[in-house]
This record gives sequence, structure tokens and C-alpha cells, in this order.
Amino acid sequence: MKLTLNIWRQSNVQAKGKFETYLLEDLDSHMSVPEMLDHLNDKLIKNRKDPVAFDSDCREGICGQCGFVINGHVQSPEEHATTCQTHLRSFKDGDVLNLEPFRAKAFPIKKDLCVDRTAFDRIIAKGGYISVNTGQAPEANGILIGHEEAEKAFDAASCIGCGACVAVCKNASAALFTSAKISHLSMLPQGKIEAKKRAVAMVEQMDKEGFGACSFTEACEAVCPQSISISHIVTMNKEYWKSSK
Amino acid sequence: MLNSKVPPGPIQEKWTQYKANCKLINPSNRRKYKVIVVGTGLAGSSVSSSLSELGFQVEVFTFHESPRRAHSVAAQGGINAAKDYKNDGDSIWRMFYDTVKGGDFRSREANVYRMAECSLGLIDQAVAQGVPFAREYSGYLSNRSFGGVQVSRTFYARGQTGQQLLQGAYQALIRQSEVGLLTIHTRHEMLDLILEEGKAKGIVSRNLDNGQVKNHMADAVILATGGYGKIYYLSTLAMNCNATAIWRAHKKGAFFAAPSWTQFHPTSLPQMGEYQSKLTLMSESLRNDGRIWVPKKAGETRSAREIPEAERDYYLERKYPSFGNLAPRDISSRAAKEQIDAGHGIGPLRNAVYLDFSDAIQRDGKEVIAKKYGNLFGMYKKITGMDAYSEPMMISPSAHFSMGGLWVDYELMSNLEGLFVLGEANFADHGANRLGANSLLQACVDGYFIAPHTVMNYLAGEKPIQNKTSANSEKSIQDTEQRMAKLLSIQGNTTAEEFHKALGKVLYTKCGLSRKRSELLEAQKELKALQESFYKDLIVSGSSDVINFELEKAGRVEDYLELAQLIVEDALQREESCGAHFRVEHQTNEGEAKRNDQEFKYVSVWESTSEGEYKLHKELLDFEAIQISERSYK
Repeated sequence: MKLTLNIWRQSNVQAKGKFETYLLEDLDSHMSVPEMLDHLNDKLIKNRKDPVAFDSDCREGICGQCGFVINGHVQSPEEHATTCQTHLRSFKDGDVLNLEPFRAKAFPIKKDLCVDRTAFDRIIAKGGYISVNTGQAPEANGILIGHEEAEKAFDAASCIGCGACVAVCKNASAALFTSAKISHLSMLPQGKIEAKKRAVAMVEQMDKEGFGACSFTEACEAVCPQSISISHIVTMNKEYWKSSK
Repeated sequence: MLNSKVPPGPIQEKWTQYKANCKLINPSNRRKYKVIVVGTGLAGSSVSSSLSELGFQVEVFTFHESPRRAHSVAAQGGINAAKDYKNDGDSIWRMFYDTVKGGDFRSREANVYRMAECSLGLIDQAVAQGVPFAREYSGYLSNRSFGGVQVSRTFYARGQTGQQLLQGAYQALIRQSEVGLLTIHTRHEMLDLILEEGKAKGIVSRNLDNGQVKNHMADAVILATGGYGKIYYLSTLAMNCNATAIWRAHKKGAFFAAPSWTQFHPTSLPQMGEYQSKLTLMSESLRNDGRIWVPKKAGETRSAREIPEAERDYYLERKYPSFGNLAPRDISSRAAKEQIDAGHGIGPLRNAVYLDFSDAIQRDGKEVIAKKYGNLFGMYKKITGMDAYSEPMMISPSAHFSMGGLWVDYELMSNLEGLFVLGEANFADHGANRLGANSLLQACVDGYFIAPHTVMNYLAGEKPIQNKTSANSEKSIQDTEQRMAKLLSIQGNTTAEEFHKALGKVLYTKCGLSRKRSELLEAQKELKALQESFYKDLIVSGSSDVINFELEKAGRVEDYLELAQLIVEDALQREESCGAHFRVEHQTNEGEAKRNDQEFKYVSVWESTSEGEYKLHKELLDFEAIQISERSYK
């Protein structure tokens, strides 16, 4: 199978980037997108050219490390998939693929398709946890949580921190990411005590990092590899307004 | 003989007694001590936060951009604990026995008992952190069964248990970076261990964003850098998993135990082509409801649904009636290989077996099965494009977990004082085969409950380090910089990835699911030749002062090439079969692993001397609490 790739090349955060074109003729439709780039890099290296830098680790859609934009689709043209879970069978022989990094002020481009998402860690640091030290825990079945509640909390907690929600948002808002954590923890009895403090601190940090405001376009939910619901943003706003009164 | 420093007394009392007698440091003095932790998976994150909560200074290093990316995140099925919530006869003792037996009687009794003992508190800790384990409608915690046991002691969060536990540990870690004396260095790879008078006192790291090589001094070093199954290239591990930290420590004198004991996971997705970079795991929990079979006829060409019931061989149910599809991993993987080798393999490359849910769907309905395994079926579809509700999954064994690792004593300290090794990076609890859902457990227990006590016990005898540098650390920095420069200077024609693939092929075929003396000897030669060609023909693009993934890879493959040779040496030395180590020369009439307790009731622990020789040390395995027997799952 044959594909033409237009890939964003940028040597570092200060440098100006541009698209470069590569033609690959010996591809297999079972290849994943990162495997296609491995293949391209192999050729580039042997031709004494700089390989394309792209992030990728688990290659099964759970670590949140990979992800870029393929023909305008954040992460993947497939529904709710990561870049590593996208295979060339999603494209037609002869297609042209434009590959570019996630674009958001709070995610500076480090090199080619790699962006810096450490802003997410700084948001979590402001309260994305339950303050329990090792050794303090009560007996696990002492905290009863209904099946549905546990499942809902899981849905929110399943966020992989990939940043697709930010990249797809016209405001580059991190509302889905931040709200998923706020919602996961505030939904559980053991997380309620710190809920107020948590919501305010995390939202403030989110703003400080330069993420934009949420205007409920629902684009984030549509691309989220874990299908996280925007209803968590409603929960976040509720928690925030409750606390800042 | 190595001394594992197991405390005296009955096995049930050992850990309690240890904790009662270990040395403590006054809370106000703890902040004077600094501990370095390398790795931010479950073991690394949990020990970092726990030590920081106690008041120690902690410096954490990870090559990832965020601690949350560590590969613990990918563990699917669950975590074991002897809570006996099911009233099905479980107990600490039974879990201990299952684990020792599962490891084919090649693990250290006292460590295993402690792991089972600490499993109860771990579930409590995780729940308190907000880990959303599966619950019954009544609100109580739910359990399921895993391979090698007859009780239901596995706690789970759908098929993403590792991710959820890691979230808990990551959040505890990141909280300490806010409220404690803890610093996190992301995108920093450990490339050397610094010793002062034989004790671990620091590391050399390379900043992967700008190439800066720097030393960091501390009073103790903890390695929690995971397993090295990726040495086989095709594996269930993440692309960046590597052995560099533990191998660099080994080169500085830390002994390596049972390097060849790698577990092959029976239910991963098969290889589909040469381009493939990894084999995705499908959780073992699927074997609760899925039935494994192959066509009875070798070379069968009909599709699964066209093959009538009578022409299918449910070989696990046939061979191991009492455990059936939940036979332990080593046995299930080997049985699959046996079928594939005999021509019963299915799929385009005839390298897989079926995992069939049609009976379960008929029995329980699609909805029930979807609720239990929906995300796994979804993942299967995303990767293969096939629907496992309507046709059986195709699965195949794949390199997965390292039972081997740096040797540690009861305190999880290596033979080098001050160097602790936690989680998959060490050798301790799993013997020659790990039971499913015990790896998350071991990583957590090591980090939350064991190392905080044993590290403090060690630090109590040390004076806090004052110097920021030393002659040894300067030399380590120089050596590391030279190593990077050397890799860049070869400028041949073969990429690190290609060397890695070639290395993986040698290990898969000659030191994989089964091992034979003559083939191991061939592997030795092939690996030597591959290593020689690495130094002549490697090509690494770019320079060392910018982001350079190729340079990172080349360094890891260089270390893998050395470790691979020790792996083969270890496999050759052990003239018996046990657990995942199957020497074809040593099998029973029925083709099962045949242990040789007379001669090999010990762990092989290796030292690499400065002359490039391997020196064998032994840790004798004393079984005081249980009767060691032939391992049977029939």
C-alpha cells in the first residue's frame, strides 16, 4: 500500500516549523500509524536524515503517550481511538496524510510531533488526589460504594491524560481532563471531604497554565479515546461554584 | 552461598517481628536523609510517596514525560488479595502456598508469605485513594478468578486495573511533590550507579531533552524500573521498557538472579507481519469465560465456525481437567506452543490458537459478557478489526514478565549496600513462574509496605551524605558521556531497532518457551556476533545535546545485547526444567517440566566480573513451612 505523508517538522520549541513530504510505497494495511513512522524513520536514518520525533510507548491505547493530528482528526480518524490504535486499513491506497502535532498554547511543541503536556501534572498536583497517607486506610469493605457509582467513578477515572480534548478544542480548554479527575474523586465518599478545595485549586491552576475556557462544543467528548462524558464538566462547574460562594 | 537475611521464627511471625525490631529514625531527623528513586510505576511511585510522607527527602527519576505513563498502567486483569470476601476457603496461607507452587518451588518462602500477608492492607489503601474497583450491587467489593488458583481473590477495575492503581500511586506521588520534600525529574534516564566505599550513594542521569549528563548524590538508591521482557523485541511491554538501570547497577556489582526466567503470556495477540512492533496483551481474566481450542486436524483450512464441535481440541480442558482454561501461564503457553508446533496453529501465519466465548455468550447472554470484558473486546476490535462476540479471538504466547531481576535479600536490598530494588526489577516473590494478578500486588506491597521500613532500617545506620560530588561520580559522568559519543560515532548502516529485532529473534527461537542445550550454544555464538556487528555497523542519527530517541534506543539495545548473553548463560547452567524455564532435555513422560530438587534447589545469582566472566553465586532455597512437591494442575 502507498501513502504520501506531509509531516510537521520543527527542530525545537523556538524554531519555525514546516511540513515536509515523504512517499512510502511498501506499506502493509495491518501496520499501525506508529509502525508506519518506524518504517519511515528507518529509511530516513539510513539516508542520513533526521528521523521524525513522535511520542509512543505502550502502543495499546492506555499510556496516553502517543497522539498527534491525522488529516485534521485529533488522535485518529477512527472513533474514540488513540493514534497507536489506528491502522493503515483506515486509509485508502494512495491517500495523502497530513500529520501535525497537537496545537495548544499550554502544550508547547518540543520537536516535530512531540508536545509538552506537563501542564496536566501541575493541575493534578493542586488537588487531584485524596490526601491519605500509606497506613491510614480503613478496611476496604468499610466504605460501601454502589455498583453504579463505582462504574461512574471508573468512567471518569479512565482518562489517559493524552491531551486530545485540549487539542481538539477551539479554545484549547482542559475542562474535560480537569473535570474528569474532579468528578472521579468527588463522586466517591472518600473523596468528598476535599471536594471543594480540590475544585477551586485545580480550576485555578488550569487557568494559570494558559488553557482556554470551555464553551460546551462537545468536541472533546467526541474525540476522547476513553469516551469520557462532558457531563463531568457540569459536575466540575457545580463543585467550583459551590466552593467559591 | 548468599545470605538472604530472612528473620528467624515461624513464617507467620517473621514480618511482624522484623517490623517490631527494625531501627527507626526520629521524625525530625528524617529530613536530613535523601533517597533516590528511579522509576515511577507502581513500585516507584508508591515507595516515593510513602518515604516522603514519613518525612524523608526523595528525588524521583523517570524517562517518561510524566510519571503517569509508566508501564504499570497497561496491566489489565487485576490484583490478588487474600481477603476471603467470597468465603471460598481463601486465606493468607492458601495464597502463599498457591504462589510458591505457581512459581514451581523456586521462590523464597518468607518473601512470598509476606506478600500474601500485606495483600489485605493493600486493597484497603487503594480503596482509600479512590481506586474504583468493581463493586457488587450491594456496594461490596467484587472478585474474580485468575490462573493457577481455585478461589476468587482477584480485585479488578474492568480491564484497566493497572491504570487505576497507578492513578492512585501517581496521585499520592504528585501530592508529595506539592506538600513534601519530594522532587520529580521527568525525562531523565539513569545511566549509572555511583558507589562510595561499596555503598550505593547516587546515580548519573541524562536529561533526555537537552542531553545533560549529571550526578545526583543520596543516602540510598531505590531502583523500581520494571521488567525487561522487551529484550525479546516482540513482547507485551511498552516500546521504551528497558533493562538499562538494573544492568548498569549490575555492571557496578549488583548481582543478577535468574535472568532467563521470563514469563510468556498465553493470551496475547499473535504476530501478523514483520513490521510489527509489539504484541498486545489480552487479559488472563478472559480465560474465566473463554475456552481455548485448536482444530484437531493439523493444517485445518476451514474457519472457526465451520469446524464442528467434535473436530475441536480443547487441549487445556483435556490435559488439565481440574484447572482447565485457568491453568497457570507457563503451562498454558507451553501447551499452546506444542499445538502450534504440531501444525494445529490457526490464523494467517498459523501461529495462534482460538479463545472462544460462544459458550459463555450462549449461557450468560451477550450483555453479561460485554459488561465483564467489553473494553477488552473493544480493544481487540480496534487492533485486529475483528469482532470477538461473533468469532473466537486469536491468541498466542508472548514475552511478558521478568521473574528474574536484581537479587535482593529479605529487606529488598541488593548485595550492594544501600541499593534497593523493588517490583518487577527484582527477583524475589514469583520463583520460576508468576501467577496472574500478583505483579501489581508485588509492586504495590514492595513500595507501600515493605521498603519504607527496610530503607529506614538501613538509613538509621548511615550518616547523611554531605558532598554533592566525588571522584567516583565525576568518573561516572565522564564514562557516560564517552559512551554516548561512542554510539554516535560508529555511523554504520544498521539501526538500533534492527539490532533489537535480530536479538529478539535469537532469543525467541533459542531461549524462549523451550530451551535446548545445542540451541543455547548456537545462541551464544549468534549473540556474540550480533554484538560485534553492533559496534561496527550501528547507525545513530543526530547529536547528544537535543531530543534524540535513536540515541536513547541505542543505549538500551547495547545493554540488552549484554544481558541477553547472561540470559543464555543462565538457561544453559540450569540443567532442569522449572516454571517458565523449560529445558527439553528435562521433561516428564507427559511432557511436563521436570525439576531437579536434588541439584537445583537454589537461585542462580550472577556476578559479571571486570574480566568479562560470569561468576555464579547461589541462594539456597529452604522450604521450612511447606512440603515441596511435584507441581500438578491435572
